[in-house]
Amino acid sequence: MIEVKDLQKSFGESHILKGISTTFEPGKTSLVIGQSGSGKTVFLKCLLGLFKPEAGKIIYDGKVFSELSDDQQRDLRAEMGMVFQGSALFDSMTIAENVMFPLRMFTKQSKSEMQDRVDFVLNRVNLEDAHNKMPSEASGGMQKRVAIARAIVNKPKYLFCDEPNSGLDPRTAIVIDNLIQEITEEYDITTVINSHDMNSVMEIGEKIVFLKNGNKEWEGSKKTIFKTDNEAVTQFVYSSELFKKVRQMYLEERQ
Amino acid sequence: MTYLHNIGVYFLMIKEMFRKPTKWSVLKNLIFKDIEDLIMGSLGIVAFISFFVGGVVTIQTALNISNPLIPKTLVGFATRQSVILEFAPTFISIIMAGKVGSFITSSIGTMRVTEQIDALEVMGINTINYLVFPKFVAMMLYPFVISIAMFLGIVGGMAACVYGGFSSLEDYVTGVQMDFIPFHITYAFIKTFVFAFLLATVPSYFGYYMKGGALEVGKASTTSFVWTSVMIILLNYILTQLLLS
Repeated sequence: MIEVKDLQKSFGESHILKGISTTFEPGKTSLVIGQSGSGKTVFLKCLLGLFKPEAGKIIYDGKVFSELSDDQQRDLRAEMGMVFQGSALFDSMTIAENVMFPLRMFTKQSKSEMQDRVDFVLNRVNLEDAHNKMPSEASGGMQKRVAIARAIVNKPKYLFCDEPNSGLDPRTAIVIDNLIQEITEEYDITTVINSHDMNSVMEIGEKIVFLKNGNKEWEGSKKTIFKTDNEAVTQFVYSSELFKKVRQMYLEERQ
Repeated sequence: MTYLHNIGVYFLMIKEMFRKPTKWSVLKNLIFKDIEDLIMGSLGIVAFISFFVGGVVTIQTALNISNPLIPKTLVGFATRQSVILEFAPTFISIIMAGKVGSFITSSIGTMRVTEQIDALEVMGINTINYLVFPKFVAMMLYPFVISIAMFLGIVGGMAACVYGGFSSLEDYVTGVQMDFIPFHITYAFIKTFVFAFLLATVPSYFGYYMKGGALEVGKASTTSFVWTSVMIILLNYILTQLLLS
């Protein structure tokens, strides 16, 4: 479980996160949503320890991240998997080498054991024939699936995804969403996803944290987000014509 | 203040480079790759430049010796001294600051821009050790490149001298062997090791700490070349003052 308490982060005069508190539970897919510039990416990078917050605590299963030494933080990071917005695959390695990389770095497995594990996770993300391709030869959707395979290959306790659907067509985006949710439940991972995609919210938002101007504006689930009276959330959710019509139909049905 | 801050960050990076080493099985592959990219990949251009600049040094020296009282052996002697003391260690290092330095800055900078360094960081890897240390180890073979530059510079001088008709082969070879001071070789290689360290670390610093996008990668490469060259020239002066005067 990840507990966040009063998290604050500034860049110079600009206060990006203004005291966010929430918790993310294992086996559940949690979404951090909000408009561009609301502080989602900074929040995620603080969770990962890539940004150092000015105040507040991030607690990973009882371990306060900021109180750990550099080496302890690195050890904790070895338990994290991250899917970056741009996939961040190592472009000098093949897809199989990319996925094998965390195993080579952190395990003492034999080459055949590592190969078996790589085959397993690449099968899991439906990329059984892509081993020897270079990342530049893969499509956006494939790159995202490779990034997911790399993130889960070392059986992480925590999985973070920054806009996993950005740049993908709606059909591939749903495949990626479902894949993340299945993996989260299968391996009991604490998963935190940054998104502004309402399809993702409807598909996998077991817990949703809505950020606005660096504040936590609202917290709930995919079941409650469509019923909330919070104006900022409503504006965000119903910003598309499709959702406006769905809401209109819902209200008419209720009447 | 910014300069002081940057110098401090540079030295912290050097310290971090030796902390929490990357697993040997991974590191050794990175070292071999960097040897291929930085050392083997530079041999062609270094050989070409050394041979022809050695020839030019010889021609210019020969053309400036018009006094018949000055022995022809001086051409070989002057070429050897110029090549060993200055041309091979310093001039080649400036060229390497352009070739190897900009390669290092742009490759690390691109990894920064495309979040590959963040991906390594998230995995709990000491990214400075992972990215910079193999380059530092590979560049410890740089004296090998400079030895080739010295040899080819003198051979290029010989070819220009003999085929240009400035003096005989015997005079040139006698000049090359004349008044040889072995410490000059030691001096040249001390400089080479210092420049190798700069060539590995200064461009890495500019690549690792760059911010922005593709345009900034280009800017960082240029800045890295300028500062690596400045550091090479500055330390060349200091080391010469310390070791030869």
